[in-house]
This record gives sequence, C-alpha cells and structure tokens, in this order.
Amino acid sequence: MSSTLFDKVWDSHVVRKIEGGPDVFFIDRHFIHEVTSPVAFLGLKSRGLKVLYPERTFATADHNTPTINQHLPVEDPLSAKQLKALEDNSNEYGISHWGLGHQKNGIVHVVGPENGITFPGATIVCGDSHTSTHGAFGCIAFGIGTSEVEMVLSTQCIMQPKPKKMRINVNGQLGKGVTPKDVALYIISQLSTSGATGYFVEYAGDVFENMTMEGRMTVCNLSIEMGARGGMIAPDETTFAYLKDKPLSLKGEAWDKAVAHWKTLKTDEGAKFDKELTFNASDIEPMITYGTNPGMGIGISKQIPDAEAVEGGVATYKKSLDYMGYNENDAMIGKKIDYVFLGSCTNGRIEDFRAFASIVKGKKKADHVTAWLVPGSHEVEDKIKEEGILDIITEAGFTLRQPGCSACLAMNDDKIPAGKYAVSTSNRNFEGRQGPGSRTLLASPLVAAAAAVTGVVTDPRELL
Amino acid sequence: MAYDKFNILTSTAVPLPLENVDTDQIIPARFLKATKREGFGDNLFRDWRYNNDGSPKESFVLNNPIYSGKILVGGKNFGSGSSREHAAWAVYDYGFRCVVSSFFADIFRNNCLNVGVLPVQVSPEFSEKIFTAIYDDPNTEIEVHLPNQTITIKSTGAQESFEINSYKKENMLNGFDDIDYLQNIKGEIESFANDLLL
Ligand code: SF4
Repeated sequence: MSSTLFDKVWDSHVVRKIEGGPDVFFIDRHFIHEVTSPVAFLGLKSRGLKVLYPERTFATADHNTPTINQHLPVEDPLSAKQLKALEDNSNEYGISHWGLGHQKNGIVHVVGPENGITFPGATIVCGDSHTSTHGAFGCIAFGIGTSEVEMVLSTQCIMQPKPKKMRINVNGQLGKGVTPKDVALYIISQLSTSGATGYFVEYAGDVFENMTMEGRMTVCNLSIEMGARGGMIAPDETTFAYLKDKPLSLKGEAWDKAVAHWKTLKTDEGAKFDKELTFNASDIEPMITYGTNPGMGIGISKQIPDAEAVEGGVATYKKSLDYMGYNENDAMIGKKIDYVFLGSCTNGRIEDFRAFASIVKGKKKADHVTAWLVPGSHEVEDKIKEEGILDIITEAGFTLRQPGCSACLAMNDDKIPAGKYAVSTSNRNFEGRQGPGSRTLLASPLVAAAAAVTGVVTDPRELL
Repeated sequence: MAYDKFNILTSTAVPLPLENVDTDQIIPARFLKATKREGFGDNLFRDWRYNNDGSPKESFVLNNPIYSGKILVGGKNFGSGSSREHAAWAVYDYGFRCVVSSFFADIFRNNCLNVGVLPVQVSPEFSEKIFTAIYDDPNTEIEVHLPNQTITIKSTGAQESFEINSYKKENMLNGFDDIDYLQNIKGEIESFANDLLL
C-alpha cells in the first residue's frame, strides 16, 4: 500500500496503540531549555523517577539569556535561577548541556541541526512550539508542554493522537527578493492561523526541492503559525550533504547504511492526504504583516485589507489594527519603523545574515533605527566573522550581538518599547510578544535590511 | 502533576468572545521565569487585565464583578501560538476547570487535558447561544457533564454534545495523567527502543 512520508515516520515510532485513545509515541531526540524544563524535573523528582535515556536528551540555554556580555553573571535573578536549574538537572541526570558561554551554545533549533543531532526520519520534541523547524530534515518534530517534557524524560514517550495529513505544494520559480520566509508568510496568510490545526503538513513541489536546508528550516519552523502540529520535507541529496560530517552525525559505514534508509523516506505515488493545497510561486512577493497574528500578512506592495474583506470577526480585526495604530486600506510601504530585529530560530542562520548583508552593503543604517542583529548560535556567529559579513554590517553602522532567542520572545532585556514598531525576522507578532506594548511587523531578512537602512517599510527589490 | 477529578461541573461562566486568543496573551513570556508551578493564576491575561502601574483595567472581563465562575468561554481558535503549558496552568490556577470554544489550537488543548482543564469544543452556533445567554443573564449556569459528554445552558435547556477520546476521558474522570500510564508499560518501551537503529 502506498503511504506518505508522515505515515512512514509516525507508524515506525508507535510503541502501542490505545483503543479510543492516543498512540504511545516514541521520541528519538529531545531538546530541553531553561524555561520549560525546570518544572518537569521537579515533577520527576517528586515522583522519584529517573531519566530513562539521558543520551537522547540535549540541553541548551537560549530563551532568557542576555545577548551582550555573556561572560558576566546573568543579572536577572529569575533567569539566573532557571539557567542554574538547567545546568544542575542536566548534570544530575547525565544530559549533555550546552550552557551560556559553551562553544556549541545557541538557539535550540539552530544548534540541533548544526551538530547533526537532528536526522531524517527522527521523531523530535522540545518544550517550544517551533520545534517544527526540524521537519526540514524529514522528521516528525513538534512542540510539547511541560507535562510532556516530564513524560519524555521519564519514559522517552508521549501520548499522541495521530494528526491528519495535509500536503502543501508550491511550484514554479520564486521571483527576485522572494525568500523562504515570504513563501511561509504567504501560505499562512492564505490559510489563516488556524487553517492547518489538527494536521501535520508535508511541503512538496519544486520550490521546496530547490531550497537550501536553511530555507527549508525557515518554512517548517513557521508551520505552527498556521495551526499545524508541524511540517516536513522529504530528505534528499541537499539534506544528506548538509548533515554529512556534522559533529554528531553518523560516520563511515553506519552513515552509508543510514542514507540508504533515509532515501526511502518519501511519499509514495498515489498516497492519500486528508487535504491538499497547491500554490504558484509566481503569486508570491516579499511579505510583511500588519496585524497581531502571523496570518495577517500581505505582499509588501499591497494595502491593509478592509475589515469586511477578511474572514472572522470584525471586532477582533479592528482591535488588532487599533493595537498596531494602523487603518484599513493603509499602504505598508513608507510606514515608519523604530526597530529591526534579525535573528531567532526562524531567520537567525548564516544565510539570513548573508541576505541582510547583501542589502546593507555600502549603505548606512537609518539614524532613528535601533537594530538588533542576533545570530542563532556561536557557529553562525563564527561564520559571520569568517565570511566578512561582520565587516560589511559594521561598515554600515550595525553591531552584532551574542546568540540567543532575544527579542523573539523578549524574556531577556531585548524588549521593544511600548508603541514602537519593529520589523522582525522572527515568527510571532502577537500583542506584547516582543515586549509589553510592542508592535511587530514580521518579514524576511531582506525586508528587515531594507527597513533598517531607509527607516521605513521598503520594498527590498528596489535595493537589490 | 495531580489535579482534581472532573465529573459534572455546573457553574456560571466568564465570556471572552475574542478570536485567536494566543498563549502570549493568556500568560506573557516574562512571567515564565518560575522554576515552580505556582501562582500563575495571578498573571492570567496579565496585559489585558492590568495597566502598566498594576492597577486593574476595568473594561476587561476578569475585572468585571458581574462575571465569574469556573468556566471560561472563549472565541474561535483559542490558545494558539506558543506551546507554553504555563497558559493551561494559569487557567487552572485562576480557578477555571473548563474552557469552551468553537475551535481550539492543538497544543493548548493537549496541555489543558494534561493539567486538568477540560477543553469543550462546541459548534459556532452553540458558542453564540452561550454568549447570548451569559450577556442576557450573567447568573446563567452552564452544566458540563463529562460522563455524558454534554454541555447545557441551564436557563434555556439548550444542549450540545462534545467529543473527547475515551482514554483522556477516563483520565479526567479519575484525575490520572499520562505519566501514570507510561510508567506501567516501561518494559514494552524499552524493548521497542532496543530495536531502533539510532
Ligand atoms: S527563537 Fe523564538 S521561537 Fe525560536 S526557540 Fe527561541 S523563543 Fe522559541
């Protein structure tokens, strides 16, 4: 019988099926960070349980860490306490821990793939919804709650009902200045933030086949923003080339054997999906959001839609525009901005910094703009230096910060002040996400760069 | 974490008819810095509920003494966004045992079930009926009957049934959680793991 990529990976990880209930689902790789794990360890202790397979769990500190002066003690006492808890728990249970200052430290979804912890056909979870990022490697990867973190620590399993399957095809050639981020924001704008709830998505079509691993990660990362549990892309030569010789990737014969297996991980001809959608690459332009959820995105040259034209409640829509200080039918081009944030597990990889640099090269940062450029990991940071990108951005008046989640969720000091506008390459524009009262415009690194040098929302195609 | 058993809940309800209420609103990230699970109810809907100076925003429904109860009735796509279980903790800790919506985000629904909050998904029409009933009379009681899987507006008798898988239902009725179950089949899990390549 023909089956989908998703079925192949899911079914091979079911330990037991419960009649009328969820599957007992085995987890190959588990990432933990300082914010959602302390309570899980507390639960473990109070029940007197141990960690079943410590070698399958990896800890990194990223969510609340400062992005300057990381060599100094963390000032915020609560953050420091969480970081200490992560370190102590990791040590106590024998889990590898890449804490602040460690050469391998960085955002969990950046360092996982970078080190070859992620591999095709794996099941991966973490107490962070953007765990879907790892789907780029043909994994079933998704975010879980703290109770589930405790389950994985103690039994390496969680209880999950099998989601429905959706395939999203994008075919054709992407236009100039159109990046993977734009493809994802476009799809979310078409589906809304709940359009894929209950589904697991497979992305297919030449647009994804031609994408780099970094691009695929950006797309899969944003799957959660349309409500999907996760998204995945079949592994291919691009995937294998990326993973080969990564520190924790298999080596020699074991690698060859694994690749032979990974090549079977694709959707068979004629396999059925519960829902299938197809889009044209040529319909996608650089995107930007104007509201308070990631589904409220439009092509950068377009105007903010009429309340009547959008699905859903008019009251909710107006509340959202009100928060943003925008009106129906406003053009986005030319809107003044105050902050630019380049970073996060969505767009904090080397390719994103290359894209940013391609625009700001030879130009100057607009005076009134505060820009936070935050690499996703030390490895990204090192490459930025090696490739001469640091020189380009420094020349243009920007500084580089140290790795972490930073203004993506603003748990550390990187908070956008109330009422200010930030063009952000991260993943969520919810009210207050980037700091109480902050206003977020989600966009690609190219759009962020264009805004950083002009000080207003600008079509990056004019600067390329 | 143990929670109270859920059987039949009859209570007045708090209306929050907004769509796409995300977990960043339910509990903003800056309140996730705890290393213990307590006190999250104080920060439930923090930025909608309080001004910057800590004074309550009178227009927000949780600050309106007319509305109270153990049931929160939200709009469509409730609980979207971040996977933080703290959102479900905050709902529980505040005193809600049930959230009603015409549509839930997946992770939030899951998290609720794991911490003892019953997510009840109703049709958009029924959701409207509940809002209307509460606005007509804030003392309207809603009955959530888990054994029968029904939700009833007491004043009008309007009723609808809701879905929950039988495994989760048993758990809620008994106050069990998944870890209890998984612990019991550890041997099976270990032999499964032994056969894996990686
Ligand atoms: S960058 Fe943002 S989305 Fe990614 S792991 Fe960090 S907080 Fe989560």
